[in-house]
Amino acid sequence: MQKEMAYSFPDEVLKHVFSFIQSDKDRNAVSLVCKSWYEIERWCRRKVFIGNCYAVSPRMVIRRFPEVRSIELKGKPHFADFNLVPDGWGGYVLQWIAEMAGAYPWLGEIRLKRMVVTDESLELIAKSFKNFKVLVLFSCEGFSTDGLAAIAASCKNLRELDLRESEVDDLSGHWLAQFPETCTSLVSLNISCLGSDEVSFSALERLVDRCPNLRSLQLNRAVTLDKIANILRRAPQLVDFGTGNYAAELQPDVFSNLAGAFSSCKELKSLSGFWDVVPAYLPALYSICPRLTSLNLSYATIQSPDLIKLVSHCPRLQRLLFLIQVLDYVEDSGLEELASSCKDLQELRVFPSDPFGVEPNVSLTEQGLVAVSLGCPKLQSVLYFCRRMSNAALVTIAQNCPNLTRFRLCIIEPKTPDYLTLDPLDAGFGAIVEHCKDLRRLSLSGLLTDHVFEYIGTYGKKLEMLSVAFAGDSDLGLHHVLSGCESLRKLEIRDCPFGDKALLANAAKLETMRSLWMSSCAVSFGACKLLGQKMPKLNVEVIDETEPPDSRPESYPVDKLYIYKSVAGPRFDMPPFVWSMDEAVKILH
Amino acid sequence: MSPPLLGVEEEGQSRVSSPSVECISHNGLGIRERNYLGLSDFCSVDSSGVPDDNGNNLNLKATELRLGLPGSQSPERETEHCFLNSGKLDEKTLFPLLPSKDGICSSSQRSVVTGNKRGFSEVKGTIYTEKKWMGHGAVPDSQSLQPVSHGKYSVAQASVKKDGPANVVQEQPCTSNGTKVNRTDISNNSSAPTAKAQVVGWPPIRSFRTKTLTTSSKNNDEVDGKPGPGTLFVKVSMDGAPYLRKVDLRMYSTYQELSSALEKMFSCFTLGQCGAHGTPGKEILSESKLKDLLHGSEYVLTYEDKDGDWMLVGDVPWEMFIETCRRLKIMKSADAIGLAPKAMDKSKKDC
Repeated sequence: MQKEMAYSFPDEVLKHVFSFIQSDKDRNAVSLVCKSWYEIERWCRRKVFIGNCYAVSPRMVIRRFPEVRSIELKGKPHFADFNLVPDGWGGYVLQWIAEMAGAYPWLGEIRLKRMVVTDESLELIAKSFKNFKVLVLFSCEGFSTDGLAAIAASCKNLRELDLRESEVDDLSGHWLAQFPETCTSLVSLNISCLGSDEVSFSALERLVDRCPNLRSLQLNRAVTLDKIANILRRAPQLVDFGTGNYAAELQPDVFSNLAGAFSSCKELKSLSGFWDVVPAYLPALYSICPRLTSLNLSYATIQSPDLIKLVSHCPRLQRLLFLIQVLDYVEDSGLEELASSCKDLQELRVFPSDPFGVEPNVSLTEQGLVAVSLGCPKLQSVLYFCRRMSNAALVTIAQNCPNLTRFRLCIIEPKTPDYLTLDPLDAGFGAIVEHCKDLRRLSLSGLLTDHVFEYIGTYGKKLEMLSVAFAGDSDLGLHHVLSGCESLRKLEIRDCPFGDKALLANAAKLETMRSLWMSSCAVSFGACKLLGQKMPKLNVEVIDETEPPDSRPESYPVDKLYIYKSVAGPRFDMPPFVWSMDEAVKILH
Repeated sequence: MSPPLLGVEEEGQSRVSSPSVECISHNGLGIRERNYLGLSDFCSVDSSGVPDDNGNNLNLKATELRLGLPGSQSPERETEHCFLNSGKLDEKTLFPLLPSKDGICSSSQRSVVTGNKRGFSEVKGTIYTEKKWMGHGAVPDSQSLQPVSHGKYSVAQASVKKDGPANVVQEQPCTSNGTKVNRTDISNNSSAPTAKAQVVGWPPIRSFRTKTLTTSSKNNDEVDGKPGPGTLFVKVSMDGAPYLRKVDLRMYSTYQELSSALEKMFSCFTLGQCGAHGTPGKEILSESKLKDLLHGSEYVLTYEDKDGDWMLVGDVPWEMFIETCRRLKIMKSADAIGLAPKAMDKSKKDC
């Protein structure tokens, strides 16, 4: 009876039903039901997310999904953020753009993370996609303002241009003037990463003027405080604003102008920027504080009393604020204040102001985080840099915040033990994984033995991403994680004594993950070769900048190892310091 | 929270930043690797007498991979990693999850997995009692049932907790004095940039952030004699090379060091053997050959300064150089003709 029902639906109906299914996971499930559903689904999939650009080839994507309108690609491994991946490693987007230019004339959205984007790629985008709307380059590099000029000039209906945290070669500030006068469609513009001279302010003003739908604007440092008021007055509909430079000599008329401009923005909910902040100008924000849900002060070298003052002037702040990023200048006292005012806080990130200093420069300890965990039970996501921690504090945090989904703790000095008992922090992190049943992401630090991994393997059933550094005693640690963490997708390890045994014993696990990164560990070249041989669905890449790994004995540990599942086979754009362990590739050597 | 032992707190804080914390904490606490998976007992015997050093050292023989044919013997394998249920590390055991046709493999995999599960279920629910974490290590007797291994751990921890701090206190005076002395030595030596070696990529902060914070602190005139922030990455390009590299100028203190590092980095390019995969061999130039190439007429090292001008590297004192250098370029000598000839001679001497 049910079978007949399935066949009785015409394709159009199924297509319509599928159009309500947005999540990739669900769509993938739908496509597995039967051949006809697979066919229908693939023709109507409009959005594709590729977490590792080398896991699949552009041609394969195009073949399966012929009508894509939006694509998201990620390139380099996460540890590239910390300079562990040498330049030239890969992650080039050009080939993707070239193939999609022919296959997806209606492609409207490209979102890239950690990829190398050249001006040539940008020019190709500008030329090829008539309906191009959204370009997000998150932590990308390789392009200059010339490429941006091409995008600005050609993309008539551009809605979003977001360059957050990318490295842009500054050649000229006039690219903004390339937006034609007819371009009025901008909704989001993030140029916060640009250097000092890369923006023509008058062009920016005119652009903001003629885009009535502009909701999100992040300026760069070159835009000085006195200019902010001008921009805000032209865009009172802004919801998300990143100030440029927030420093100037205190002048009453500048201040009142600024305060007035802020107060005219009735929709403003999110603030960032604040480079070189002068605390005297903070009160200009008081009128919008009651509405703020997100505040990013992580570039503002703001002292604790000023933050407390800001928070205390906003009686309703407690109900709306749910993201704060601050420098640890805010100190424990500032965090305690936050904890008592911002009951709805969901995400906290505290960055170090002096990460390389030997002595702590501010009084920020584990107490600040404990205070926030006590005061903010809705806390879900934590990124915290500090210089000392204790198991007791971690247990308290775990018990107070069982809803944590992301917990990243960085104790600045590697292998720091519990400062009270001098024990490893195994029990503390164990408590985190035990109590926070929905924990998806975890970053470890401090002195840790294999036991912490036992706890993680036992309790971290929903853990998807784990970052490990300077931890563990033996292969047992790695084995616990690989054999116990059922949902594990990304594992990145550096400077741990993990070797061949755990890796080889859990080789099959690697096929269920997106990727594994291991650097400065103890995995031998022989083991890498063996993995490459035996696991055709994995790309096993050895990175070594000093000499080829086969110039040394096989038992010698490799410097860096990156393993990822792929249906595209070994890649063709490897630089000389990356060796593929794939058998087929070897023959060519 | 119980207050720390007298004398330990201050020491503790200074120890936190001391480079010798690793060996002290390991020896003082005597944490040993235990067989806490609850598998074969004989393994625990082996591990009990093994000091941490052996566990940490790479036993190269043990990691040596051999194709273990059925019936072959691997005499000298370490037995500490006995979760595989045998001392042999033959291939079949290592790859229990190969294509399921292989019945032997999947069964050994199953045994490994159940073994683990057994161990974990024993451990589950007994590990985390608050009392333990509050530093007294007392495991309620009713809960220390079968898991011998687990019991061992908690008992060990209890004893360790009592002994540990005491041990540490005894050992500390000499070590902390030692490190303090070291630090004053280093801080007196004005040419050394920091009191300890910079670990690459640690702490894990995106370079975007450290860069913006750097310029921020410079603008605010907050640099009060402290050593500058840890990294100063600049791009290095080379004529004819298909992509850029990055170097951290703070890793070097002289032009000579920078030059050798660049030579090593770009050695693969100079013989035209870079680029597309499939080119024959990856012969690395010997350093002397490359030096000749770089010091000879072929290439010169240039940099772009803060004003956007291209200069030959080597003219200015090193400290000034790293302040003003925005990027580096290895140019063919022919292209560098426009740069001051006087400086060119100078750079040949220095580099």
